Amino acid sequence: MSGSPLLKIDGLKASIGDIEILKGIDLEIMPGEVHAVMGRNGSGKSTTAHVLMGHPDYEVTDGTVDLEGNDLLEMEAYERARAGIFLSFQYPHSVPGLQVGNFLRRSVAAIRGEEEAKGSEFRNQLKQGMEQLGLDRSFLSRYVNDGFSGGEKKRFEILQMMLIKPKLAILDETDSGLDIDGIRTVAEGVDAAIRGTQSAALIITHYNRILEHVKPDKIHVLIDGKIVMSGGPELANQLEEKGYDWVEKEVSGNE
Amino acid sequence: MSDDARSAVGDYKAGWHDPENATIRFDFGLSEQVVRDISELKNEPEWMTEIRVKAFHHFNERPMPTWGNMHLLEEIDFDKVCYYLRSSDATEKNWDDVPEDIRNTFDRLGIPEAEQKWLSGVTAQYESEAVYHSIREDLEEQGVIFLDMDSGLREYEALVKEYFCSVVPFSDNKFSALNTAVWSGGSFIYVPSGVHVEMPVQAYFRINAKNMGQFERTLIIADEGSSIHYVEGCTAPTYSTDSLHSAVVELIALPGAHIRYSTVQNWSANVYNLVTKRGIAHENATIEWIDGNIGSKLTMKYPAVILKGEGAHAEVISVAYSGKGQHQDAGVKIHHLASNTTSKILSKSISKNGGRGSYRGMVTVSPKAENCKVNVVCDALLLDEESRSDTYPTMEVRNSGARCEHEASVSKVSDDQLFYLMSRGHSEEESLALIVNGFFEPFTRELPMEYAVELNQLMALEMEGSIG
Repeated sequence: MSGSPLLKIDGLKASIGDIEILKGIDLEIMPGEVHAVMGRNGSGKSTTAHVLMGHPDYEVTDGTVDLEGNDLLEMEAYERARAGIFLSFQYPHSVPGLQVGNFLRRSVAAIRGEEEAKGSEFRNQLKQGMEQLGLDRSFLSRYVNDGFSGGEKKRFEILQMMLIKPKLAILDETDSGLDIDGIRTVAEGVDAAIRGTQSAALIITHYNRILEHVKPDKIHVLIDGKIVMSGGPELANQLEEKGYDWVEKEVSGNE
Repeated sequence: MSDDARSAVGDYKAGWHDPENATIRFDFGLSEQVVRDISELKNEPEWMTEIRVKAFHHFNERPMPTWGNMHLLEEIDFDKVCYYLRSSDATEKNWDDVPEDIRNTFDRLGIPEAEQKWLSGVTAQYESEAVYHSIREDLEEQGVIFLDMDSGLREYEALVKEYFCSVVPFSDNKFSALNTAVWSGGSFIYVPSGVHVEMPVQAYFRINAKNMGQFERTLIIADEGSSIHYVEGCTAPTYSTDSLHSAVVELIALPGAHIRYSTVQNWSANVYNLVTKRGIAHENATIEWIDGNIGSKLTMKYPAVILKGEGAHAEVISVAYSGKGQHQDAGVKIHHLASNTTSKILSKSISKNGGRGSYRGMVTVSPKAENCKVNVVCDALLLDEESRSDTYPTMEVRNSGARCEHEASVSKVSDDQLFYLMSRGHSEEESLALIVNGFFEPFTRELPMEYAVELNQLMALEMEGSIG
């Protein structure tokens, strides 16, 4: 498929304090594609997600990130959200007193525009999304992530993604802590939001379980802040069989 | 407007003032003669003049409180306060008859509009006197009395005499003595047995003049099995010199009655707000204080309920916002005097830009009060490192059968919480407003919808420019 990429990351380096975590990431994502970034704990997966969303704790020291011709690194987090980036958090924060329904409406209004957050179409999408994710109507009057179970938090992240309709959805370990049914539900949510659209997804995970349900177009292996190997969906199975040690050997063999 | 006044206005949206067109204005300062002159001007019965004079002497002799923000209290110069100012010679029943400047001010504050939409009655006080007063006819037909306090004294002297100072004696504290000496305006309400006033009645208090003292006096009597919801709001212009607001509110809930008293206090940041509010709940009666303190320089206010009759219930939801140069010293007092009485206190405070919020609470359970329940929750939210929150809770439980619960928490807005909201398209200020409005939600959900919306907007304004 030709055309210009939705997201283009070039030589991205980022630090927290004095510690460099991302040591030169290169990645291109085309519209409609689903990519997965796999790696061990501490390899820089979550940092990649947070840096792309614009977390203030990380300092970008080198490289560029381009979203449809716009310099993402120049934008604040909320501007990135409005430009089409969405992050499904591994540990979403609670906001006591802020009702889920109100928050969803406001977020959709902030990102997609006031008109999109009104009327029957929004309500239908909301209803449909909640049914698909197995969330009860009473969920809307609860407070954002306040007292949610682990599974409810993840489902709520996916519900937000479905309604916000981002250009690029980054899912930071959305599968962790979920049982098989939960993973399938989340995967169906991702499929519904991405497949057949011009949107793309970047799934960050260290298991391939979710990848069995959401077939990625490309898989990248992250070791020590660098993508050391990229391939098709078959790479997930190889990783499952042979482990990250195998990748490390392969990479050092090539050098 | 001077530069220092302008910078003090900040985001305060009610800080304008009208030209001063006083029909009667007393000189600055307080003396027995001033007290007598106020009484004479109002053509009051002698017993009221006498209470006033006694209260004045008590005020003179009584030292300043030795607790709270003593530093700010000592700065009050009682000689530089105007104790009586009248801007309109009549209390009108029609907004068109209210002097134009004053009418425009209340228009800008949205009072006539609110009245048409969702209120049973309105009284609007400007400086020392009510300039407008009205109640829906159907309530009047049911015997509901809703008057400004001066008219109440004229028309229902016996009732006023019976209850005036019965809940808050003038000798209660220095400022209740001051109020009793120079009171003017406020509301007088009587709800007959079994009558339920469905829509709230509202009082709005506006200070306009510089160095003004406003001392309204409110008395609400809900007879057996009746109910009423009273809402009050207040604002003032921003000046570089201080004004003083010192009210006394007395509530009497007779057996089975229900009084809810809601306040959204939004004085400008140069107003001292030193108020005594207290209610007595008889058998199976309920008194609720829904108390919001957003403005003022220093507020010292501790709405109280005396649970006198068996099965009485008190509920207080109190929120305070303290911004730059503000100290909200707010709290709650509950006295369980009878058995099977219950009380619930929720206090929430937010401090920002060096503001200071204090919760000062007292709950007592007397030895003879069996099977009482007390629940106190205090939450504080600090928006930055320079702000401050203190909690001074006191519980004196002299009956071992009482069930008392107390929880307190102090939290800070974290970068991660802000980042989460920003990742959903909300700017940093909007995100902060979402967190703050969420924090106050247990309070705002108890307000009439229109007030809740206004309060959320007010807090969003307060958050503007707060991100450095």
